[in-house]
Amino acid sequence: MGLTVTDLSCTRGGRLILRGLSFALGSGETLILRGPNGSGKSTLLRALAGLLPASGRMEIDGRAVGGEGRADAVAYAGHLDAIKPQLTVAENLRFWARLFGGDPGAALAAFDLGPLAERPAHLCSAGQKRRICLARLLVAPRRLWLLDEPTVALDADATGRLLRVLREHAAGGGLAIVATHVPLDLAPARELVLAAEAQTASAAGDPFLQGAWT
Amino acid sequence: MSAAGAVLARELTLAFRSGGGAGLGLAFFLIAVLLVPLGVGPEPERLAGLAAGTLWIGALLACLLSLDRIFQADQEDGSLDILALSPLPLEALVALKAVAHWLTTGLPLVAAAPLLALTLHLPAPAYPWLVASLAVGTPALSFLGAIGAAVTVGIRRGGLLLSILVLPLYLPSLIFGARAAASAAEGADPWPAFMLLGGLTLFVLALAPPAAAAALRANLR
Repeated sequence: MGLTVTDLSCTRGGRLILRGLSFALGSGETLILRGPNGSGKSTLLRALAGLLPASGRMEIDGRAVGGEGRADAVAYAGHLDAIKPQLTVAENLRFWARLFGGDPGAALAAFDLGPLAERPAHLCSAGQKRRICLARLLVAPRRLWLLDEPTVALDADATGRLLRVLREHAAGGGLAIVATHVPLDLAPARELVLAAEAQTASAAGDPFLQGAWT
Repeated sequence: MSAAGAVLARELTLAFRSGGGAGLGLAFFLIAVLLVPLGVGPEPERLAGLAAGTLWIGALLACLLSLDRIFQADQEDGSLDILALSPLPLEALVALKAVAHWLTTGLPLVAAAPLLALTLHLPAPAYPWLVASLAVGTPALSFLGAIGAAVTVGIRRGGLLLSILVLPLYLPSLIFGARAAASAAEGADPWPAFMLLGGLTLFVLALAPPAAAAALRANLR
């Protein structure tokens, strides 16, 4: 039991970014997503999060995930930190905790944000903002984590905390897909390497894009 | 319910924190309406005839000012992606954001209108109708604005485009709202225009959340 993705395809701006991608992930396993810039790592994560239209099938524990059900199963942390600069660190996390129905206390502690709790988020450094963004994963339990280059701007200590959080998530049977360019020391991890940018055009049926990538 | 309360509390907090823009609409309304006596002359009879229409046009333009930030700020910092993945349906998110916009922009306009009406020599019987028409009409302005804001969310400097898209949609509310107050000022029956204004607002309240949510879904891609 775990995550099964079958025949996932995704087109952006008339170009086929992902073609017929299939993979499976057992309970407690982490998938490290690798590939050069522009190979579709972010596209894959956004498609799995339901933020991009994609064809194919995604199942968690044998049940198809889609539409409204996705909100209860998936947590996503993309390139943008989703932090309101006018709110304090604690206020930011408290909002997400109330929205997702969880508790911000453990999230603050896991990324050592306690000392920063009352600081306005616009005074935080890039790495500190990244820690707030990652702490959001912990405010409410979600089965599948989708992380897009989570280590960007993190120092060695914070990267260690991220790995610890990922290991705990996996130990509890959680699934995670992490797109990254740095080596991550995660034991029960599998790797998926996406090929360099495919020059295949699928402009058929779109008169504006006809001949755009031939 | 807790999720809805969280979104509403967050919107109101952000509006009143620095750079949130609450009060800007009200300040614009005060200045724009006070320009009218300077422009058309201070004769009470002439101003009395213009008062209801002027106040409604002022309220409508003040409402436009802060519309573009309803979704744009959340889209720029990535919050919109996370909100779209939350247990709260996008339709509810749109409705809550429009309600927050009305509370921070529309409601202060309703409260300030009688004071400005005094400077424009609005006839006494029209006061309650002016306040009632603005109270009933301005929620429609916020909800229609939410549709425009959702359509233009991905566009850089979409504020002007948003105004051009939304202003025509405001026309029916302006016509019936200003008519209700003006009818009362002229001693005519304000009820027909007021009822149409109320019906229009109810129609917009029902239509706007799904329409804006559909636009947001299309723009997330």
